[in-house]
Amino acid sequence: MGHDAHETDAAAAVDFKEVQSTERFQELRKRHRSFVFPMAIAFLLWYFAYVLLADYAVGFMSTKVWGNINIGLILGLLQFVSTFAITGWYVSYSNRRLDPIAAEIRHEIEGHEFDKAGNRVSGTTK
Amino acid sequence: MIGMVPAVNVAALKDTTLLNMGIFGLFVAVTMFIVIRASRNNKTAADYYAAGRSFTGPQNGTAIAGDYLSAASFLGITGAIAINGYDGFMYSIGFLVAWLVALLLVAELLRNTGKFTMADVLSFRLKQRPVRIAAAISTLAVCFFYLLAQMAGAGSLISLLLGISDWGGQALVIIVVGALMIMYVLIGGMKGTTWVQIIKAMLLIAGAAVMTFWVLAIYGFNLSDLLGGAVETSKNPAVLNPGLQYGKSETSKLDFMSLGLALVLGTAALPHVLMRFYTVPTAKEARKSVVWSIWLIGIFYIFTLVLGYGAAALVGADTIKSAPGGVNSAAPLLAFHLGGPLLLGFISAVAFATILAVVAGLTITAAASFAHDIYANVLAKGKADADTEVKVARRTVVVIGLLAIVGGIFANGQNVAFLVALAFAVAASANLPTIIYSLFWRRFTTQGAVWSMYGGLASAIILIALSPVVSGTKTSMIQTANFAIFPLSNPGIVSIPLAFFLGWLGTVLDKKLEDTTKQAEMEVRSLTGVGAEKAVDH
Repeated sequence: MGHDAHETDAAAAVDFKEVQSTERFQELRKRHRSFVFPMAIAFLLWYFAYVLLADYAVGFMSTKVWGNINIGLILGLLQFVSTFAITGWYVSYSNRRLDPIAAEIRHEIEGHEFDKAGNRVSGTTK
Repeated sequence: MIGMVPAVNVAALKDTTLLNMGIFGLFVAVTMFIVIRASRNNKTAADYYAAGRSFTGPQNGTAIAGDYLSAASFLGITGAIAINGYDGFMYSIGFLVAWLVALLLVAELLRNTGKFTMADVLSFRLKQRPVRIAAAISTLAVCFFYLLAQMAGAGSLISLLLGISDWGGQALVIIVVGALMIMYVLIGGMKGTTWVQIIKAMLLIAGAAVMTFWVLAIYGFNLSDLLGGAVETSKNPAVLNPGLQYGKSETSKLDFMSLGLALVLGTAALPHVLMRFYTVPTAKEARKSVVWSIWLIGIFYIFTLVLGYGAAALVGADTIKSAPGGVNSAAPLLAFHLGGPLLLGFISAVAFATILAVVAGLTITAAASFAHDIYANVLAKGKADADTEVKVARRTVVVIGLLAIVGGIFANGQNVAFLVALAFAVAASANLPTIIYSLFWRRFTTQGAVWSMYGGLASAIILIALSPVVSGTKTSMIQTANFAIFPLSNPGIVSIPLAFFLGWLGTVLDKKLEDTTKQAEMEVRSLTGVGAEKAVDH
């Protein structure tokens, strides 16, 4: 992609396989996946459970709870609530558990700690 | 209050045409001024495609909401709730929940690995040419279906809002909308387009908020009374229950499952949504964008619940169905009932602005994909300089704009609701499996990507062609023939699992392994943001 090569120079000399194999990167990867995968599966199951109920349990969904408010409307609004809640949860998890460690690794790479030259000298600049 | 007779005089709507046009003209003048001011700094490819990566998370989140809340979701969902009650509400839930896929699995990782287009990410560690071409083709396909739906929808909106009912007059308005859109995108690039989206989103949400408050005030802020009003006017208690639209038969129930799957998995793979994540400087801002858009879109859909039942109660389903524009007229008619010509004019102008802004966003995405993926990286083999690439992108904008105008004129009046559903199904089938696999599955190969993308694209389009929306029923595009051997109107439930399967099969059967260094680079970049492009300094 010749024309934009200069833009990626910052990372061109980095040994990414070395970064990938470090314990800290593995920890970041694990923290990320152990949150997003179960959460993605959970909200998809909850959404499809709702769709199935609306499709095949019309009687149950039509049960009036309070005035004209029925179970279907409550479950539907709960989908909104759970979406907002998962959003908030993910943001706070990322701020606490992902961003600090990602920033650390990024600074080390940008400080040339993982250059292909092999000598791991930290804190020096070329 | 309850049980009062709906008092909307549809004939009186025509008297407000001049007012509607005036408010819309004011919107165009203000946004054009902002677009011209914002575009002074458009120099590089990053400026043109990605607005110099200089928008903040909240700004971009508002623009995403602007992109996403198309005329189909504002007029369409309000109308669907007004006519079909609860089933219209289920639509909006799928549209919202889908954003969690974007938030958790796609937005930040994509921002960290790509530059301008979806293909940047998909071809990062696989073979450039085949993967880039496949990704560009599916990007263009999704944009084309979505674009055609918006342009054709413009025609039916016009008949309602401007009182122009003859074919020639509607064609003229489609030409005006298309020409304005081309100007926005040519002059403003991504920066101008983003500002149009932001302004439009704020107007739309503010307008819906005022109407929601108004409707609730009529019913003493008691949701139960509002629902009771809807039942009373429609004389059908079933409007509060699921099933009025989708519960008719086993096939229609399955159809709703299929639609739900396509909505939830398609959103995070819509190319014009993905491209918005490149307009912010960091992955953290990309995350903030999604959070903002989830809140704005979620609150907006709660408004549409009130507006839909409000229209059912105060205007009545029969009045809506018989008005020009049919189901789509629920929101404008409710606006007229509440606030008279002025509120109708405002809401109409916002609906126009919505079409204009969404079409602009789609056009710049398609143009970027053609210029950056097909022209610069495949035809010119990466040797084209950035200036030439942007020049090609600008020319593509004009071509796509003209195609959209012609397509919009000829699709005007057609049953095009399925085009949006098709765009979501194609995005979910052709794009999402490859996005997920290439971000999370180390072993994934070029053959897997190519099989999954072409398989997903082809199966989605073929199944639609063989479905009842194209032939065999009274509401089909072709009513005289019947080759509808696939019973569902949405292909997602077949094509999405098929594309995931093909991606897996292509990979395990691929004898060639991919470069593990590139895989390591992509994984490290996606999670840490190292080497990701920063904002452009001016």
